[in-house]
Amino acid sequence: MIPFSGYENSSLRNPDMTLKERFYHISWFYIFLICLVAGTGFVILYAAANGSWEPWASKQFVRFWMGIAVLFCVAMMNLRFWLKYAYVFYAAVLILLFYVEFNGHDAMGATRWINLGFIQIQPSELMKIALVLALARYFHGCSLQETMSFSYMVIPSMLVLMPVALVMRQPDLGTAVLMIAVSTALFFLVGVQIWKFVVLGVAGLASIPIAWRFLHDYQKERVWTFLDPERDPLGKGYHILQSKITLGSGGIFGKGFLQGTQSRLNFLPEKQTDFIFTVLAEEFGMIGSVSLLILYLALIFYGYVIAFRSSSFFGRLLALGLSTNLFLYVFINIAMVMGLVPVVGIPLPMISYGGTVMLTLMFSFGLIECVNVNRNVQIGRRGAYDD
Amino acid sequence: MITRDGDRGKMLTRRAAMLAGGQLFLSSLLLARMYYLQVLESDRYKTLAEENRISTRLLAPPRGLIFDRFGVPLAQNNQNFRVLVISEQTEGNLNATLEALNEILPLTDGEIQRIRRDVRRSRDFTPVTIRENLTWEQMASIQLNAPDLPGIIIDEGLSRFYPEKELLSHVVGYVGIVSETEIASGNPLLRLPGFRVGKSGIELEHEAELRGKEGAQRVEVNAVGRIIREIERDEGIPGRTLPLSIDVRLQQIAYEKMKKESASAVLLDIYTGEVLMLVSTPGFDPNALNRGLSPEEWSVLSSNPRAPMLNKAISGLYSPGSTFKMVVALAALEAGVITPETKIFCDGYTMMGNHKFHCWKSSGHGNLNLKEAFRHSCDIYFYEIARRTGIDRISAMAERLGFGSLTGIDLPGEKKGLMPNRKWKERRLGEQWLQGDTYNAGIGQGFISCTPVQLAVMAAAIANGGRKVKPTLLVPKERGIQAPKGEILNISKQHLRLVRDAMADVVNHPRGTGRPAFVDVDGQRIAGKTGTTQVKRITLKEREEGLKAQEDLPWKDRNHALFVAFGPVGAPRYALAVVVEHGGGGAKTAAPIAGAIMDAVLRLDPAAQKPVFPENPTDKNGGEKK
Repeated sequence: MIPFSGYENSSLRNPDMTLKERFYHISWFYIFLICLVAGTGFVILYAAANGSWEPWASKQFVRFWMGIAVLFCVAMMNLRFWLKYAYVFYAAVLILLFYVEFNGHDAMGATRWINLGFIQIQPSELMKIALVLALARYFHGCSLQETMSFSYMVIPSMLVLMPVALVMRQPDLGTAVLMIAVSTALFFLVGVQIWKFVVLGVAGLASIPIAWRFLHDYQKERVWTFLDPERDPLGKGYHILQSKITLGSGGIFGKGFLQGTQSRLNFLPEKQTDFIFTVLAEEFGMIGSVSLLILYLALIFYGYVIAFRSSSFFGRLLALGLSTNLFLYVFINIAMVMGLVPVVGIPLPMISYGGTVMLTLMFSFGLIECVNVNRNVQIGRRGAYDD
Repeated sequence: MITRDGDRGKMLTRRAAMLAGGQLFLSSLLLARMYYLQVLESDRYKTLAEENRISTRLLAPPRGLIFDRFGVPLAQNNQNFRVLVISEQTEGNLNATLEALNEILPLTDGEIQRIRRDVRRSRDFTPVTIRENLTWEQMASIQLNAPDLPGIIIDEGLSRFYPEKELLSHVVGYVGIVSETEIASGNPLLRLPGFRVGKSGIELEHEAELRGKEGAQRVEVNAVGRIIREIERDEGIPGRTLPLSIDVRLQQIAYEKMKKESASAVLLDIYTGEVLMLVSTPGFDPNALNRGLSPEEWSVLSSNPRAPMLNKAISGLYSPGSTFKMVVALAALEAGVITPETKIFCDGYTMMGNHKFHCWKSSGHGNLNLKEAFRHSCDIYFYEIARRTGIDRISAMAERLGFGSLTGIDLPGEKKGLMPNRKWKERRLGEQWLQGDTYNAGIGQGFISCTPVQLAVMAAAIANGGRKVKPTLLVPKERGIQAPKGEILNISKQHLRLVRDAMADVVNHPRGTGRPAFVDVDGQRIAGKTGTTQVKRITLKEREEGLKAQEDLPWKDRNHALFVAFGPVGAPRYALAVVVEHGGGGAKTAAPIAGAIMDAVLRLDPAAQKPVFPENPTDKNGGEKK
């Protein structure tokens, strides 16, 4: 701990706040927004099971409370702790990712899981947080001049490319895209020149024909299906076509709670996971879908508010990065079910049925709360090495 | 240091604002897309969602029932549990499902081949029948094991049942699985699993009325096509109930008498043409054909020399033999070449050129008039009157009485036989008509062939005073002698009476050839005529060595035995024809059968009783409209 002087008048400035003080500084509004989204999730999962808590809503409910516990544990910690152990955490998750390359469990034709017996974890989900933590820590230690130079870009680029390469190999295109996008956002936030993004973007576009050859057949199919979903309505295009029918038939006011024919009659495969948004849109119409989108935006931009209350660069980057991560989940998922982007395996946060995603999201909310709790803690550029 | 940190703080703020702007922009894209899908295009997607949800399914109408004239059921619909497979739901492994089912319900190789073939030919979600008519135990054990049998479903349908089994096999016929060519007709009803169509008899002849009109069921289905609930239902129109003119009691008696033979018999109401009895033996069990025969069963049935599948009463062709003598006599009387009292001498044979024509009695009959010639069935008498009449007038009379053309009975597969004449022989064989051909025609041999139902129509015309009735298996609504039916043949009533008297004498005279058919029911008698036709030509050598007794010949070489009859004498109402293939002789085999049948007919007198018209399911609506 750094020797402490000059801030005696404010307990907030004291990094050694008591647990009670920390608890007091939690943003209850943020928790309220989280609960609202999660509550919407339970209702939709209940509807997806034709008006039954089993098999999804009840399990999701239990996971949510486990997630709340994780959130509070993470939030109660000292922000310096996360700064200090960011690389360690990143390295541990990277090792797990390596591990699943060779020993993972098969699910949906891709190896993504580690079975711990009582729970299956997806290291790629944890990596999204680990990557934000690691990049936030790296950039916390850089000046603006440094971030604008090439030599300081090598390490963060490596930090991004290693997990992306592993995730691509699995293959999990959705997660790879998400990690690249969130990293790009962080690079952008810390002030990397815009022309660099333009150059990289042009180079990326130019390499599409080459990348195409490395895609799996099923990934190519997904892209083709995205471009023309009606070319095989009972085969590959079935998902997206049925998804649009479900959404569109909801109309403005929806068919009413538990009245959605498309979901009730199972025209939507996997409706409890990636396509859960359509269940809401069918039964509650455009009013329901717009309301949920607004709720998500509130959660995302409250993350921005927390970021700018924070006194530390690390805290700000962390809150902005994780909020952007949340935005990317929401945007890609909803755009995907509406046929705006190809079908990639991205769940709707807090609502899609799934354990790892729920826990990792609660983990990231915990980190944002931790930034909020420690908003007055100032950490120097060398803060990670201070003790 | 601090300024630098301040710089990066400012940069962060600016960039964060840009990022937030970008995110808001992307969110507005989502909103626009929601508006497009959920407001602008909503109607189109609502329609598509409805199309997803609603499926129309055909409902098979219950097949029309068939009764005899007094309301005895001849064809019914029984509850039937059947097991089906939907290949789409077998989790991609039809074989595994069938193997699992085989443990519970042993399937034959033939069945498995048929199921595979049907699955290949139908779409994945169409159920294919595995087996029908399950017992309750079989059904229960399949239900119990349902979790291990993906794609297997049990449903309850109606299956055709013929309570009288082989007794009416050739009249009612049977239903069977729809054939490829029938499916090609495009009627979707025929594609329903387990649907049956008429294959023979009344079931085939009246297929359209018996089938009814398909109903439809609008149901809500889920993504795999499972029915969730019914939205509306149109039951369709059940098939018409058909009351047949058949009297099952007579059918039973005749069948009992004939079941050991390869024989057939037809009994007509001489005024209405109603077929009161139509038997062809041996019969077959129509229920077995409905169920479907194994190849082994099929080969047993089709290789039987007595041809159980053939309806001999309408499709069996025979020389009429001496039963044709009525036609010759009528032709001769009409031509005026004989009078009833014209006498002709029989000494056992007659010469035609250097060819010798024999009478069946080699010692001869002596001097005979018409009545005596009938009584003894003398061949010499009929050779002579045929010679005097000529083939043209004989074949014209035969054709008027229905020989050589279809009677028009409402059963499929009727044969028309052949009534030869000069033209026919020249055209067909390229030969001149010879005097010998006329001689042969005089005793109903040679080229002439006919069916038992044609003989019955001839007998009916003689008995009813010269009307050629059209045999029918349906009970006509307007009834009785008040409105006699049939084409008037313009045959002299007096000549017909002469022939009737002669036929009565054949049966009732103590030495008449038809004496074995003698019956007396409260003073009511019958009239008739025997017929015996050669199957194999008798060679001169055989004749010199002395003819073998029929019993000593192989079955295939024995003569056919025929008998035509009408009754009661005086006020006729019924006409009968009996043909026993390879029966030996008309008097010996056919006459006793005919006698037994006519005895029952006179006792029961079915034509005098009011037939029963069973309620028709479609009549109810019709009645209310009136």
